Amino acid sequence: MIKSKTKILQLTVTLTACAFLFVPIILSVLAGVTANYFQGISSGFTLKWVFRVWELYADSIFLSMRLAFSCLIMTLIIGLPAAYGLARNPGWLSRLLEEFISLPLAVPGLALALALLQLYGSMKGFRTSWTFILVGHVLYTMPFMVRSILAVLASIDLKTLEEGAATLGASPWQRFRDIVVPNAMPGILAGALTVVTLSIGEFNLTWMLHTPYLKTLPVGLADSYASMRLEVASAYTLVFFVLIVPLLMAMQWASARAQRISQ
Amino acid sequence: MPLLIFSIAFLALPLVRLFLASGESEAGWTIYLDILRKPRYLNTLILTVLVSLATTFAALAVSTTAGMFLSRNRFKGRGILLSIMTLPLAFPGVVIGFLIILLGGRQGLINQITPGHVVFAYSVIGLFLGYLYFSIPRVLLTVMAAAEKLDPVLEEAARTLGASPFRVVIDVILPGLMPSLVAAGAIAFATAMGAFGTAFTLATNIDVIPMVIYTEFTLSANIAMAAALSIVLGIVTWALLLIARSLSGTTVAAGG
Repeated sequence: MIKSKTKILQLTVTLTACAFLFVPIILSVLAGVTANYFQGISSGFTLKWVFRVWELYADSIFLSMRLAFSCLIMTLIIGLPAAYGLARNPGWLSRLLEEFISLPLAVPGLALALALLQLYGSMKGFRTSWTFILVGHVLYTMPFMVRSILAVLASIDLKTLEEGAATLGASPWQRFRDIVVPNAMPGILAGALTVVTLSIGEFNLTWMLHTPYLKTLPVGLADSYASMRLEVASAYTLVFFVLIVPLLMAMQWASARAQRISQ
Repeated sequence: MPLLIFSIAFLALPLVRLFLASGESEAGWTIYLDILRKPRYLNTLILTVLVSLATTFAALAVSTTAGMFLSRNRFKGRGILLSIMTLPLAFPGVVIGFLIILLGGRQGLINQITPGHVVFAYSVIGLFLGYLYFSIPRVLLTVMAAAEKLDPVLEEAARTLGASPFRVVIDVILPGLMPSLVAAGAIAFATAMGAFGTAFTLATNIDVIPMVIYTEFTLSANIAMAAALSIVLGIVTWALLLIARSLSGTTVAAGG
């Protein structure tokens, strides 16, 4: 019965890890809807903390949504043609460029933010506008969009398809619109969901780039952890979970689908 | 290409500027030696590496055990366990810091259910748990992807030849997983080294590299040192993730 003993040990480790990851989430949800967390759940459930969060931080939630949406548009406008270009011209130069734009994945956001501040910090109009944060988010999410599209495009015979269309008289723009984009769609979808999920949760770059008038959702979270009572901080975290968890699930579904297609 | 213009303007040039800024203090380029010579920075470096190493090994042990179990057994509730363990992937470091406070802070669960005063959220243990929370899902996904590719026939064969379960793990499973384990370990280590969000909420009194970069920059206005530490940290995490990628072909965002 040694085999079952190993199984029990494995199961114990798995369940302990699950508890470690999940119990604090439950605690945070509970604390967010409890009238007085210090007294415990017996003090009753309430939504007043969630409303309080809405009063205090609605602006930061909207700013994060606007940033995520703009970030998505930017990564699409820049990333889609770039991924197409990289897929059409494979070679060491393309590899090098792909490596280079992937740097923000490996270099901590804090270092990137310092770099941006060093170069553009003195340009007041730019420094204090929300587009400064947007640049950081686009920088960080771009590699996910480009690689996601590239993986799908690399798995199809783009050249033959395009040549076929060209012989039938399709212009370059028509080929891009009618062949490249539909074929890349699973990659675009997976990339888009990844970009939005990451942009909404981004803290490391944003904390350095933000100004007191431009707080994003995670910056507001850090702010509430430092200065608000536990119930408000928890309610705000609850709002964040409600926003991010469906996005994460959609992202995992879309990525798995794109991966299946590109294999 | 617009991508080229964008990345030169907002990636290449700022990084070059950051590098130049690191040499602009009175110390000049010897500032990089100061990191090793001045006890404050050296101790920070050692502590960061130690906590990151502890995180790496703990995450590897937990996630490999759980990952092998979840990929080898089909049972009711498996999907739920798997979702729970990958859910934290999208959580920023600050949120994870807060979750650790809910566990080990003054109003935390552990302090409430145990007699006496047990508060560990703001100590090195809290930081370690925060990093571990961050790393478990990332390591788990890498290990499970590799475990799916292992051939169960090899294990069967070893067992029929009379190998004990322990020997099967040591001689068959671990060598098969090794490239992915090294890759996952490198990811966990690099992530822990650069984790700012978690440290920001928990390490108010602990000097780890990201916190020191932050305080040097904002409080001491020691921009050259902040830049130098950023460059060193960036090169270390970049190199580690390059190794990880060459071994397993996966990309996981550092962040944190």
